[in-house]
Amino acid sequence: MSSVLFFIAAIGVISGAIGVVMLRNPFYCVLSLVAHLISLAVLFLLLRAEFVAAVQVVVYAGAVMVLYVFVVAYVGEEGDSIGERLRAPGRVGSGLRLGGAIVGAALLVELLIALLGTGLEATSGYGAGYVPGPQAYGTPAYIGKLLLTRFLLSFELASFLLLIAAVGGVVLARRRGGIGEADEHQTFAPLDLVRPRETGTTVESVGTFLPHGQVRAARSEQAEQSPVETGAGRST
Amino acid sequence: MSIAWYLAVSAIVFSLGAVGVMTRRNPLVVLLCLELMLNGGNLALIAFSRMWGNGDGQILAIVVMTVAACEVCIGLGMIVAIYRQRLPIDVDELRELQG
Repeated sequence: MSSVLFFIAAIGVISGAIGVVMLRNPFYCVLSLVAHLISLAVLFLLLRAEFVAAVQVVVYAGAVMVLYVFVVAYVGEEGDSIGERLRAPGRVGSGLRLGGAIVGAALLVELLIALLGTGLEATSGYGAGYVPGPQAYGTPAYIGKLLLTRFLLSFELASFLLLIAAVGGVVLARRRGGIGEADEHQTFAPLDLVRPRETGTTVESVGTFLPHGQVRAARSEQAEQSPVETGAGRST
Repeated sequence: MSIAWYLAVSAIVFSLGAVGVMTRRNPLVVLLCLELMLNGGNLALIAFSRMWGNGDGQILAIVVMTVAACEVCIGLGMIVAIYRQRLPIDVDELRELQG
């Protein structure tokens, strides 16, 4: 049973990976990666890593992939034209692709030799003994205990790294000057709450500036007065 | 299944991701292929962790996931910034880093 599940999940993992590399539309690449991640979570479950499998599905296939889908939807308006540019003549595409495939095949052979050709006899075994229980290997209690005792420093460093990355992402993706012209006049200072915005400037002395509320009030006064005036103009 | 099968799958996934990083031009897809490579490494880590019956590999896999999330955050921010500058979303065309 477990070997059948292993082969199903492994086929899902590898075909998902092939889909990510081969598909042209970035949106389909993201969907293929989601399938790959869910199959990989099944493999993690087969390796008794319950907590990591749950984290994989919830965080990776859930949150991170949603971020990807949003960015593809934001950037990929020209998704088809990206594909057309890839297929356009005059590119060095075919040679690069062939070279990439050759290097990848060499890498695969080397990795297989390194991983499977070692003298480690344990790699042909089925893993260490496993005793089920509430604090067994791979359960959240086990992982949490390890994270908060033996690996506390790496845990804190990882959380700090996440904080830095979040700040960096916001800084990188924010609107810069020159592109967002519409937002320029909407700056708002704390002192605007307590005094009119143009206090102490020439605009105030000339009297042409009125804050929004006062402008509306003045317009409504004009609107009230103007029918009378126009009516008087017509009558005369 | 023996641990060696899982290691073979992880090697295949890693080299597929490497091929994607080398051949694809869209930076979004390059990031996706980087995720593939990290996932291959994660699978090997968890397989070795199961082999020894020790939780260290799983902790390291969780840390790798954290680093991958940070990389996605920064990479997608950079792609959005590139898109805002009206530059081509193409790794070959992006030769200048002056912004």
